[in-house]
Amino acid sequence: MHMSDGLLNAPTSLLFVAVAVAGVGVALAKARGDLDDRTAPMAGLVAAFVFATQMLNFPVLPGVSGHLLGGALAAILVGPWVGALCVTIVLVVQSLFFADGGITALGANVTNMALVGTAVGYLTAVALRRLATRGKGGLAAVAFVSALVNTVLASFGFVLEYAIGGQGGVAFGTVAAAVLGVHVLIGIGEGVITAVTVTAVAAARPDLVHLLRGVPQKLELRA
Amino acid sequence: MKRFFVGFAVVSLLLAGVVAYFADSDPDGLDHVTEQHGIAEHAQDHPLAGWPLADYALGGDDRFTGLAGVLGVVLTLAVAGGLFWLLRKRPGAAAKPDAG
Repeated sequence: MHMSDGLLNAPTSLLFVAVAVAGVGVALAKARGDLDDRTAPMAGLVAAFVFATQMLNFPVLPGVSGHLLGGALAAILVGPWVGALCVTIVLVVQSLFFADGGITALGANVTNMALVGTAVGYLTAVALRRLATRGKGGLAAVAFVSALVNTVLASFGFVLEYAIGGQGGVAFGTVAAAVLGVHVLIGIGEGVITAVTVTAVAAARPDLVHLLRGVPQKLELRA
Repeated sequence: MKRFFVGFAVVSLLLAGVVAYFADSDPDGLDHVTEQHGIAEHAQDHPLAGWPLADYALGGDDRFTGLAGVLGVVLTLAVAGGLFWLLRKRPGAAAKPDAG
């Protein structure tokens, strides 16, 4: 879901560079509270996992693929602030080293995938937290739904940005229907990957799942 | 604890280094929509399109996708892990007013 340069006009690109810088700045300030000797290496590994998994495009329609964005996954595992930084780092590495996602578009891409996706994914997971603490099935369901919401609303970020200053003059409704439609399908894939990953981590190391902090560890997540 | 971290890293390396060869090469949802509606005509070439690792290949040769992927995982782990390690709360640091 990486935008190339040129899809948005210059002022809009700049506007979202400012939004991204502000959002990442807040995340940097808040992340410290969630990072210690145990969670810092975990967070680095989550970023690396998101990078790897974003390479794995899966088919969603004939001739159309999708890939994980990772905001909900990162937020559930390492918290929203650190999670937003994980996805931001992935997007910066992809743009600067792999020519994936434009440079002037980096602000909009970070806004959509690292800020919007992570925030809505985390808020969804927190809203459903009681279900997540009830065992493996509940946790999987919460991870799935959070990831689906993350994908769809991250793609809606593009729709809004295009409406503000997109090139080509395609009508808002046309872009919204096309983008949201295909991202519901991609979100189902993202939901499955997120559910599998989060439950695997919870089975091995429930203490490393941010969403489950404070839940008694004797909880039978292996069941 | 160390074993889990090593396992997690190995999974990421295998995904990027091996499973990536099986990824669908069709355009993703956003690229598809922008191509269908003529928005992609406005896209500019990436300034680094000629860079050796562009598009997760090595000098344009996608037989090396796995190698590019492994490099990306290592680079991401180094940047993210390094940043998070520097940002982390250090035990006892809060007690010292001049800490940091």
